[in-house]
Amino acid sequence: MKKQALWTALGLTVVAGCATYVAPTKEESTQAIKSSFNARGIAKLDRLDQTEIQAICSDAQRTGKEVPKAEREALEKKVLATIRYPADGKYLGDFKSGERIAQSGVGMQWSDSDKTVNGGNCYACHQLAPQEISHGNIGPTLLGYGKKRGYGEPVVRYTWGKIWNTHAFNLCSQMPRYGDAGILTEAQIKDVMALLLDPNSPVNK
Amino acid sequence: MKMHRGRIAAAALFLGCAAASAYAQGSATDEIARYRAMLADGNPAELVVARGEELWKTRRGAKNVSLEQCDFGLGAGVLKGAYAQMPRYFADADQVMDFESRLVWCMVNLQGMDRAAVTKNPYSGAGQRQTDLEALTAYGVEMSRGIPVNVPQSHPKERAAYDRGRYAFYMRGGPYDFSCATCHGVTGQRIRLQDLPNIAGNKPDADRAFTTWPAYRVSQGALRTMQWRLNDCFRQQRFPDLVFLSPTSVDLITFLGVNANGAKMDAPAIKR
Repeated sequence: MKKQALWTALGLTVVAGCATYVAPTKEESTQAIKSSFNARGIAKLDRLDQTEIQAICSDAQRTGKEVPKAEREALEKKVLATIRYPADGKYLGDFKSGERIAQSGVGMQWSDSDKTVNGGNCYACHQLAPQEISHGNIGPTLLGYGKKRGYGEPVVRYTWGKIWNTHAFNLCSQMPRYGDAGILTEAQIKDVMALLLDPNSPVNK
Repeated sequence: MKMHRGRIAAAALFLGCAAASAYAQGSATDEIARYRAMLADGNPAELVVARGEELWKTRRGAKNVSLEQCDFGLGAGVLKGAYAQMPRYFADADQVMDFESRLVWCMVNLQGMDRAAVTKNPYSGAGQRQTDLEALTAYGVEMSRGIPVNVPQSHPKERAAYDRGRYAFYMRGGPYDFSCATCHGVTGQRIRLQDLPNIAGNKPDADRAFTTWPAYRVSQGALRTMQWRLNDCFRQQRFPDLVFLSPTSVDLITFLGVNANGAKMDAPAIKR
């Protein structure tokens, strides 16, 4: 009896021994990341400090658990209130300039400078003008954007908001916050808007 | 890249402007596939491998010894198959090391070189001669060609490296809110016409991502290592500069390696 108890105890110790692996905590993982980067050029270390939404969306994707609906909607509403619409009420600029912005993928990398004119890099993920066949597919196609949706004010305001801060409409969208994060200027966003919503833009031809 | 665009443009012209976009795009990607097949015919990485082998056998450093007695985890002097089983835990360093970390470790501890000097400029610039580290890494991975990936997960530190690597893979940050998963988390996605491997969720993609690095990058005229590959991903993610051999670099390579276990190494490869 005593012997059996001893074996049982030994067995439990072995099992416990095998189970001693403790996965790193979030704090430990984050600490490892923060110790692994150097500030370089315009890319400083504060870029590793996550925003609330970055953290929530990272956790959701890593764990495979969607952000609960109520929490998601509350955050989207909060973001929606921060969108800055053009003060002069003019939403559309020059679609030709918009096309150049959509083509350019530079800006905000440590290999860029603070004088680099940032691009929107829209073609990396979206189809826009039909002439450009070298487009990605991470985002939906935007070919015929205005022609399909119409050119009315609700569409125009929604599109502006979507470009300014996509998280207002889809909390964990992969698209950058072009206005909110200061990637594009207001004038540049107007030009990209024209690419999407000017009836004469190649996107709508 | 320039070459690509030229071919794409040529393909588009050939088809005529009225061709349906999807058709034109399919044809352009076929053209790129043909271009890649052509490239694979003669890989300039062979020259880098040859130089790496020479460096490997040369007595260097304060201790005037070669790297032939370096232990990459399979015993001192065993290089064949070692790259395919790294990153792994090394008791003498009490840490998980990828191939490049271990290489530097041996250059410092076996050959008596200065760590700061060895790691100062790990990557060659455009048009420059490959660095010693790049050449040695090319030789190291060549010695694993055809050997199945078998990145171990038996030591708790190896498991922790994988878990931290997985965490880093999904960590969104920076002004663009990107993580590795933004581009490498869904099957069948492209940036422009560049196919993006789904590293976490698609086994053939994960296999290819690990087994075809290091690679000769035609557009840069240089051999690039896995450490460089990660550094350049983070640059485009708008993150700060990933430190050569840093914990996160080794963690992510562990994550990539374990996800590719069972696939056969096929590097140095050749890429656009």
